[in-house]
Amino acid sequence: MAATQRKKPKLAVWKFASCDGCQLSVLDCEDELLPISELIEIANFAEASSRVIGGPYDLSLVEGSITTAHDAARIQQVRAQSKFLVTIGACATGGGIQALRNYTLVDDYVRYVYAHPEYIRTLATSTPISQHVKVDFELQGCPINKNQLVEVISAFMIGRRPNVAPYSECIDCKIKGNVCVMVAHGTPCLGPITHAGCGALCPSFNRGCYGCYGPKETPNSGSIGRWFIKEMNRDKPFVMRSIRSFYSGTEFIKTASSEFESADSEISEKSSHG
Amino acid sequence: MAERKYESQNSLDPSNASETIRVDYLARVEGEGAIYIKKRGAEVDTVQFKIFEPPRMFEAFLRGREHTEVPDITSRICGICPIAYQMSSIQAMEQAVGIQVTPTIRDVRRLIFCGEWIESHALHVYMLHAPDFLGYDDAIQMAKRFPKHVVSGLHLKKAGNDLMTALGGREIHPINLRVGGFYHLPEPNALRHMLDPLKRARDIALETVRFVSKFEFPDYAYDYEFVALSHPDEYPIHEGRIVSSRGLDISVSEYLAHFDEIHVEHTHALHSVLKSRGEYLTGPQARYYLNENKLSHTVQEAARSVNFTREDCKNPFKSIIVRSLEMLYACEEAIRILNEYEAAGPSWVPYGPRAGVGHGCTEAPRGILYHRYEIDSAGMIREARIIPPTSQNQKAIETDLLNVARKYIHLSKPQLQHRCEQTVRNYDPCISCATHFLKLEIENE
Repeated sequence: MAATQRKKPKLAVWKFASCDGCQLSVLDCEDELLPISELIEIANFAEASSRVIGGPYDLSLVEGSITTAHDAARIQQVRAQSKFLVTIGACATGGGIQALRNYTLVDDYVRYVYAHPEYIRTLATSTPISQHVKVDFELQGCPINKNQLVEVISAFMIGRRPNVAPYSECIDCKIKGNVCVMVAHGTPCLGPITHAGCGALCPSFNRGCYGCYGPKETPNSGSIGRWFIKEMNRDKPFVMRSIRSFYSGTEFIKTASSEFESADSEISEKSSHG
Repeated sequence: MAERKYESQNSLDPSNASETIRVDYLARVEGEGAIYIKKRGAEVDTVQFKIFEPPRMFEAFLRGREHTEVPDITSRICGICPIAYQMSSIQAMEQAVGIQVTPTIRDVRRLIFCGEWIESHALHVYMLHAPDFLGYDDAIQMAKRFPKHVVSGLHLKKAGNDLMTALGGREIHPINLRVGGFYHLPEPNALRHMLDPLKRARDIALETVRFVSKFEFPDYAYDYEFVALSHPDEYPIHEGRIVSSRGLDISVSEYLAHFDEIHVEHTHALHSVLKSRGEYLTGPQARYYLNENKLSHTVQEAARSVNFTREDCKNPFKSIIVRSLEMLYACEEAIRILNEYEAAGPSWVPYGPRAGVGHGCTEAPRGILYHRYEIDSAGMIREARIIPPTSQNQKAIETDLLNVARKYIHLSKPQLQHRCEQTVRNYDPCISCATHFLKLEIENE
């Protein structure tokens, strides 16, 4: 090792409750992976390597949500070892689809899935990392977009803010020149309230957005829900299910979806300005 | 918390334990898991493969969702094999509502599934498994000595991912598959650009077969009951009957009559057994063993050229050769479908919801993936059951671990530990799927 060579920053990738898809995005950077590994030391990444270099770590990427007491303690240790902590994906950022348990009794879930519920230790909720520790940046998406991941790592390397737009998917859809599936086909689409980043995929494939990049900045979910009901002949449970998905563990989704919780077909105008 | 509980359950009297080896977090597998081995002098006492990935309880929260939402939700069980999860659930829904898809839709489904096999197998062969045989911690370290091979492996993986992206919108959790078919059937012209990368991928896959077959394989074999899909006309990927090497031959709908899931204390995954005979093995070795004659001439020739026979499927360390042969097959099959593809007919087959029960089973890269749903007349999910391949293989993994630990008990602790880890990685276990994760502890008494 030449003494003049700068020490490479150390990267760690951590997993909590998740499908592994977001950390797989690191390995899916087929063209960038080897160049990235020249610039940054992949010090702790269990899915990819048996080698573990101890902390502290300059950059930690955290995948998954907190669903066990053990993981609630582990995330504290991860934070303590990390200079920058970035959550990757809907589970780490919004609780994930598994946060649907937050709206019911988790014991009922455990009893449904397991013959011996007493063998299972799990928390009543699935919560985003930010509800447990300070998070330096949240990368949205189920799964994350690997180009945005490369942007986040690049931005970290030169010490600037990642250039990840917080506006709605509609903007990207317009830039792409898509026909609006909601206006032209009457298909319910969550694009207006959903964080950009996927590249407006669903409307490009002739279907409505189902919100897997989570809420954009300042979303008006009440308005879109009422549109689905009044203009597209959908009922309240449909709206509730649409909103309550991959980001179910966030306060925003909790509040936004509860407006549509009751099964009445009448929509209260009073709650429409929330 | 969960781990602490297991440890107390498995606890030995510490005063008896002369030494302990533990690997708390098994590397290069998808998900969180552990191995526990109890030694008594020169004898191996018990072996456990633990899955401590926290439960996410998909089956429970699928109830009350609309059946059309299910493929987008079940794909989230696994970021490595989302197509298998989408396809098993879609086929179950189609059975429940009583529709059959057009030949074109069937072809495009098989095509995107080929993409998933290529992407998943290339990940395992090059990034997770090959480093075990060559003595590296990971593919990045391996790339320093074998740059050409690792770069080729990444190209192969990329070809699979690009195929999934072209057809499904993206490689992880594709968005284009739906009950009845696709949201948008791609134009043949939009897929032409995939042909050249797939032809290169096919050449790399053939080189991969030659490369991995030169690895040194532990002399180990086990007479598994192999379970796989089987189809009269093709190598099974997305449909067929469920057959075994000991005479099982059933339709997918009969799955639950022949298989049981048992909830074992030390794991969050449910163990599957054949009701009549117990443990079995699913995955690439089982598929190959039961369906060798359905492979293309090129693949059979490639196997012969490296002296790989059906009997070699009984050595789980050689699963890396089978995965490589299957990649070669998947590349060829994808090229065949692409060459014949004309976007004929509708993107999806229309249907009205009706109450019913449906079963679906596909060959995920790691083995058979069974889904069953009950839907009501409004198309809402009443019951859901999902049985992933890794939980089906859990008992076979433990048997291999026991046999391997017994055979190599004379090795030094680090060597034995490595061999046990490798034994688990032979299975490409997808622990995220099976949770319903992994850790190695060898305890000497």
